[in-house]
Order: sequence, then C-alpha cells, then structure tokens
Amino acid sequence: MSAPLLEVRDLSVTFKVAQQGAWPWSAPRLLQAVKDASLVLEPGQTLGLVGESGSGKSSLARAIVGTVPASNGQVLWRGEDVVGMGAARHRTHGRHVQMVFQDPLDALNPRMTVGQIVAEPLRTHFPDLSKAEIRTRVGAMMERVGLLPALVNRYPHEFSGGQCQRIGIARALITEPELVVCDEPVSALDVSVQAQVVNLLQDLQRDMGLALLFIAHDLSVVRHISHRIAVMYLGRIVEAADASDLIAKPRHPYTKALIASVPIPSPKAERSRHRPVLKGELPSPIAPPSGCVFRTRCPIAQPSCAEQIPAVERIGADHLVACPFADLAVT
Amino acid sequence: MFATKSIADDLAGSPTIKGRSLWADARARFFRNRAAVAGLIVLLAVGTFAIVGPFIAPWNNEDIDWTVLGNVADGGRPSFETGHWFGTDALGRDLFARTVQGTQISLLVGIVGALISVVVGTLYGAIAGYFGGRIDNVMMRIVDILMSIPYMFVLILLLVVFGRSLLMLFVGIGLISWLDMARIARGQTLTLKGKAFIEAARATGVRPFTIILRHIIPNLLGVVIVYATLLVPSMIIYESFISFLGLGVQEPLTSWGALINDGAAEMTNGTLWMLAWPLFFFVITLFGFFFVGDGLRDALDPKDR
Repeated sequence: MSAPLLEVRDLSVTFKVAQQGAWPWSAPRLLQAVKDASLVLEPGQTLGLVGESGSGKSSLARAIVGTVPASNGQVLWRGEDVVGMGAARHRTHGRHVQMVFQDPLDALNPRMTVGQIVAEPLRTHFPDLSKAEIRTRVGAMMERVGLLPALVNRYPHEFSGGQCQRIGIARALITEPELVVCDEPVSALDVSVQAQVVNLLQDLQRDMGLALLFIAHDLSVVRHISHRIAVMYLGRIVEAADASDLIAKPRHPYTKALIASVPIPSPKAERSRHRPVLKGELPSPIAPPSGCVFRTRCPIAQPSCAEQIPAVERIGADHLVACPFADLAVT
Repeated sequence: MFATKSIADDLAGSPTIKGRSLWADARARFFRNRAAVAGLIVLLAVGTFAIVGPFIAPWNNEDIDWTVLGNVADGGRPSFETGHWFGTDALGRDLFARTVQGTQISLLVGIVGALISVVVGTLYGAIAGYFGGRIDNVMMRIVDILMSIPYMFVLILLLVVFGRSLLMLFVGIGLISWLDMARIARGQTLTLKGKAFIEAARATGVRPFTIILRHIIPNLLGVVIVYATLLVPSMIIYESFISFLGLGVQEPLTSWGALINDGAAEMTNGTLWMLAWPLFFFVITLFGFFFVGDGLRDALDPKDR
C-alpha cells in the first residue's frame, strides 16, 4: 500500500501564554491546543473536522498547512515529513496545500485587485510565467468559481461575502493543489450562500480530484460534504468514522451530544425527541482535566476516567473512538 | 428578462471593469474637504514661490544695495519702485530673494526629514513587527535608547563638532526623525499580522520580505502618509529653532528660522517687515501642512473620524 496523501501522526500544538503580571523571565504557561492528533486523508477524499469553539480544529489545520509550528508529532505528505522541512523546501510545498479562510473579506488584501490576489500563488510558485499567461489562467479560474473574469481589476471591498469567498477559493485553487484546507469556509456566510459555496467546493473537488480538510462547527454542513468525519474535543480527536456511520451510530458520548444538538427542521419532531444536553463549559486548555478530558461534562463518566487517558480503539471497519465505556447507555 | 440578459452580455463582453481602489476613494474624500484643499493650494503656492522666485526677483540674494545701507528703516522699506518688493534686510540685501532662498532650504529640510522617516521608519517598524519575538525586542529597545537621548543636545553637538553645514543638519534630523515612525509602523504591523490575508500569503509560501513589501507596507501607507505630512512642519520647526539659536544653516545660506531670527533682532528699529515676511510664509506653510494632514487622515481613515 502506498503512503496516503496526508497522514498526521500524534501531532501536538502548544502555545506559550504569557502570564499576566509575571516577571519577564518567568516561564510562560503552556496552552495545549492540539494533543496527539492522528488522521489520514486519501486523494480526492473529504475529511470533516467538527468540534465546538476552542477545541483545536483551527490549530490542527494551521499545523498541517505549516503557519503554526507543531511542537510534536509528524505531518507526512505522501510519506515525507513536512514538519522537519527547511523553510525553502516548505515554501515550494505550499503549492500542493492551500487554505480557504473563515472571514472572506479578512483573507483578501484590501489594497490589491482581485486579479493580483488570485495571481499571487502563481507568481510565487511559477515566477517564469508571462503576464499574458497569468492573465488567462486567472481569468479561467475566476470563471471556474463563478465570477466574471471582467472583474479582475476590482477591489475586494466591492464584492459580497459569498463572492469574496469565491475569490479566496480561486486563489487557493490556482496552483492546482492536491489538498485544500477549508477553515470554516461557510460559517460567516448566509445560509443560501453557504449552500452555493459548499456545492462549488464539491464540484471543484470532483473536477480536480482535490482532497479537502473541511472544518466546521455545523455538523449538518460537514455531513453533507464529508466522506469521513473526525470529532475534536479540547485538542483531542475523540472519534473518527465514515460520515454515514458516525451520524447513524455515534459511539463517543461527546459525539452523541453533538449530534443531538443539531436542530431538526420540524417543531413536532424537535419537541418529542430526547436530547442529552451537556452541562458546563469547555475546560481551560491550559489546565485540562486529568485522564479523559471530557469526563467533567460526560454523562457516563466513571471514576477510572480521571486516572488514565483513554486509548483510541478501533471498532468496526474504520470507526475509531477514544472511550472505553462507549457501550454504556446514556440515561 | 431580456434586459438582464443584455446587461450580463455587456459585462461579459466588456474588456475589463476598472475597480475603485481604496486610494481612489480616499482621493475623492480628500477633495471634498474644503479646508484640506485650501491647505493644499497654499502649499502649492508656497512651493511655486520657492521654485519660480529666483527667476522673477529683480535682485540677487547676495547683492547688497549700497544705496539703502545705513538707512534701511527708510530706504529699505518694501516698495515697487526700488525693486525691493519685500524690503531689504539690515545689510541691504533684497528680502524677497532672501525669503525665496529661506523657503527653499526650509522646505528641503522638512521634506528630506520626512522622507528619511518614511523610508527608514516604515521599513524598520514593519520588519520589527512582522518578525516579532526576539528580533522585535532588540530592534525596539534600540529605538527606545535612541529616543531617550536628548536629541537637541546631540544635534547641537553634531553641528558644533563637525561644523555647521546642510549635510550635518540632514544627518542630525535623519537620526531622530524615523524613531516615532518606526513605533507607529510597528504597532500597525502587529494588528495587520493577525489578518488572514497575511496568513494566506504565508501558507502559499511567499517569502517574508515579499510579504512585508507586498502586503504590509501598502496597508501601512495610509497611517504613514498622514504622519509624514504632520512631520514635515515639525521638521521645519526643528530647523527653525536650531537656526534661531544661530546654529542652523550658515551664511550666505538662510532659512525661515534664520530670517525670523534676523528680523526679530531688528524689531525695535522700525523695520518690522524683516520679521513679518519670513514669519508669514512660515505660518501659512505650517497651517497648510496641518490642514492637509488632517484632510488626509479623514480621507484615509474614515472610521477614526
């Protein structure tokens, strides 16, 4: 079996947080944003990454792209370690992995025209291309994402949110990457525009054979687009499975609560269903609970949960879950 | 139905649509501001005066009119008949020519000082802010140390030790003028650094210095330009103060500060025009720069009004 497109092994991301009022030389506190995350992505596949705010989804994505340093673990691109790459080698690697951001307007330089923005990755990775060649490619890409090529000389503030996101997608796709990391690409958009952008991403994925790492906190969007879904809680991946399997048969208590929180668009069904509601807030990632990080809010927590970190177990063909008591019924 | 279609065809068929850049918007806002436009006109007039003046002046700035010497209060007063439109100074030199010369020097000092601060300060601050961490710490502590030195003292020492020359004045002003600008540029860079478009460029693999030049500096420029227009008058004031102390540019060169100094010395002799003319140009130029700076700030930062 050849190496997968992207494999993440035990990746950890740690941030240093300066303590308020501390001496300049005292050691900073460590914020464990991602802890021992592992995942695999095959070409052309979509991996959805869900979790509540602060669960480390974005940090994991940024460590994969390389804009945030990984403190531990490996990111393997076709078997080659990306984390240990030199800066120059990493820059050329940027051609294969591109990113789409949450706030579409924030992701576009307000002083550059749309044409310049979309052309930037091309100019970076193919400095020998002629101006005419760049122009035709940018025009073709604009058309591909559903924008008029005549708009290349416009500036980002002249576009709507959905259009800006299309520009961001055009910029990400212009170098024909193999993986696009989408960090909540639709969270800032209207629902109707969300659907357009998600469909556009799916079309492009089919046509170009892209792999997508799709981050969202909206489970219904992720279910629509993903082949596989991974659920994160406080920096750990607690469950990962094929999309239909995970939605139909969630095993981890956190996944169950997450799925139960998705509203059903029917008041009758909504009122009659039983939904376990999680109490409390996400614990601080600076001082996470011992053992299983979810135990403070878990409906089926056992005394032993505080003692050791639950191992990731394989149940079923491709269903991974990090909870030894997943079979206990929720009461 | 048909109308929409034809509009769409028009759009698709037209070569390219010209966008309105933020700069174009700012220009439109600037020209709607009456005070700023008035300031700009005054500055253009003073600039024209400095450039065209030497060609229309009937007297040379170095020649002494011997006929008025000894009787400056009477014969040296401003008049069209003698050709001394602004009168003469205490030595009988034509004040019009002298004022033109002083205007040239003062504007030069102001603009060179502001240019140094824009180029050096912006680059320095952007680099410190973008790289952050230890580099930022070292670079900004250097700025702090330079700032803590009393600049006037250093400037005076420079002029005394190396002799009074225009070059030394530029060196002295260049040494200090970029410090504030570096701080401002660094602060702005820190806020820009968190923007997603910087991260997008980094993720794509754009080199750090290209990011600074392509993404950070153009977004800093609004603040930098505003500060630079307010810096020009403060440079002029600096130079005038130094010249007023008698340490600035050396005769036969002159500047507004030197002329004002000379005029003030003769104030009690009934020759007020010697003070009035350079002071008039000094004041209207400063007001011009302040109004233009205000207008630019309103135009470039419509949020902070």
